Amino acid sequence: MIIGGGVLQGLGVTFKTFLETYPWGRGLLRLLRIPAANGLVTVEYPDVKQQHHERFRVFPFLVYDGTPENLRCVSCKICEVECPPQCIHIVGPAKDEQGRPLKAYGRTYPVKFDIDMSICMSCRICVDVCPFDAIEMDNEYELSAQERFSKLIFNQKRLLKSNEYFQQIKPTEAAEVDARLAAKAAKAAPKPAEPPPA
Amino acid sequence: MSSIDQLFVNAKAALLSLAAQWLPGWAVALVSILLTIGVIALIAPAIMMYLTWIERKIIARMQNRFGPTRVGVYGLAQPLADGLKMLIKEDIVPRGADGLLHLLAPIVSVVPAILLFAVLPFGRNMVAADLNIGLLYFFAVSSVGSYAIFMGGWASRSKFSALGAMRAVAQIISYEVPGVLSVVAVIMVSGTLSTVSLVEAQADQWFVFTPWGLVGALIFFLSGVAEVNRTPFDMPEAESELVGGFHTEYSGMKFALWYMAEFLESFAICAFTVTFFLGGWQGPAIPFWTLALLLAVIVATGSRLPLPVRGLGALTMLAAGVMWGAQPIPSWAWFLAKTYALVFVLVWFRGTFPRLRADQLMGLAWKFLLPMALLNVLAAGIWVMVEEQGVMVRWMLSAAVLVLGAWALVMANRPAPLQRRTYLFAD
Repeated sequence: MIIGGGVLQGLGVTFKTFLETYPWGRGLLRLLRIPAANGLVTVEYPDVKQQHHERFRVFPFLVYDGTPENLRCVSCKICEVECPPQCIHIVGPAKDEQGRPLKAYGRTYPVKFDIDMSICMSCRICVDVCPFDAIEMDNEYELSAQERFSKLIFNQKRLLKSNEYFQQIKPTEAAEVDARLAAKAAKAAPKPAEPPPA
Repeated sequence: MSSIDQLFVNAKAALLSLAAQWLPGWAVALVSILLTIGVIALIAPAIMMYLTWIERKIIARMQNRFGPTRVGVYGLAQPLADGLKMLIKEDIVPRGADGLLHLLAPIVSVVPAILLFAVLPFGRNMVAADLNIGLLYFFAVSSVGSYAIFMGGWASRSKFSALGAMRAVAQIISYEVPGVLSVVAVIMVSGTLSTVSLVEAQADQWFVFTPWGLVGALIFFLSGVAEVNRTPFDMPEAESELVGGFHTEYSGMKFALWYMAEFLESFAICAFTVTFFLGGWQGPAIPFWTLALLLAVIVATGSRLPLPVRGLGALTMLAAGVMWGAQPIPSWAWFLAKTYALVFVLVWFRGTFPRLRADQLMGLAWKFLLPMALLNVLAAGIWVMVEEQGVMVRWMLSAAVLVLGAWALVMANRPAPLQRRTYLFAD
């Protein structure tokens, strides 16, 4: 038979949970000297956004220092080769009519740099393989769009974000990167060169 | 304006007297009938829609969720959005299904559910048809639903549907027996089959406050829950086993009709439990201003409502409280409050209990509820017979029969202890 105290006990558990989700219910339970804690765990997403961990990552972006023309990417295409789902498409480096590479701020630069957002799997391998710390992971996640080819293939303009932004979203990682780049610049400093990167 | 208790009755009378000015007598009678039918036909879908909202909200809270919140304030427009979605969805009839029966089944299931409202006394003088066999009418009409379920399940030409329908019929027929027998006690004591007289017979004492009434109410409510296929007795539509049971192959508006029938029937079960055992629209004579004040506070503190709505709502409630403050809380408010309290219990069951196994389900009906209902008839008989002996004797005898009977049934139904398995060759 299914008749027993367990039936009532179960009803008690659900009713207590029901009351605990309301402020007045918790007040009532505390009046009856029953410990009550709000168990509601739902985050009402568009209204309330969860605080993400610093290492939360979604999609890569290209880092520039100062101006968007001063991007760190030299168009070496290592990330394009290493990308497991092959979502990075780079045309470059930019060349003049004679086929000599053009330089801006002492570096070659890509003609075109596209990442297909709908293919990217957020693996961060591009960041790991980049010798110039030119690509980093963003934590912006509201990237949905209604048009696959015109909106979800991110071009260079859309991908470029400043180093200050990087420092803001991921302070720890940005500090490491900045320290590494500074050490590299200090090593290269004795050799007279064009204006050093900011 | 005269009385809040008779507000709706007077409103109807006023409309009819208005119609009588330029309509002949027979037409006024027709208008009177159509008015009542129209109100019920309008209220029934509204009740059903908001029952889904109530159910989703309560269940969600019991599971530490919010429930619908996005459409409208507190998700109050969610039922409307769902209704719209159901209306514009494609209606799919499986290949090989019996088209006519497939169409007819949800209609046959909804019609009796709405018909039940005809004998429901919503308040003093507020009943569509005061049949002198109202109780028989209730049982007759409510059991038509099982035909609809079997029709739907059979016509779908799907194994899930057919299995669900067969389970449903077996279950509904089993639970109808204790359901009817539990009300026999009420009939014996009150000596009437009319729902209105039944409520009036409970003016001094609600039947639930007697031993046989309490047991009868429990049996009736549990059988009712089983008859409308709700958790924990939702074998016919056990979604983990049968996809959707008898309505697996239904979509769009037909599916909505199945749900409408189910929700209206569960509302009716609660309403009739209130009518038969919980005193119907009777209630203690508490002045109306207490209710008005309570409602005003609730509306004013609804933090998600827009401020003008809160202010206006609270002011309206207060005005109503001032206008009718001295009168008791209206009978229809008592009826609705009790009915929705039972609806909460129904949802509470759903939020708590797992589904019963088929044999447990049948065992509960035939081995416990049915003999208990018969004992309850005996207890009610004793209650009537020893009326002269005084209240104490009455209570003791009646309660003794029920307690001893329940104990004996539990003892008789104890599962046999499992024998230790002995292995012939292994030991």
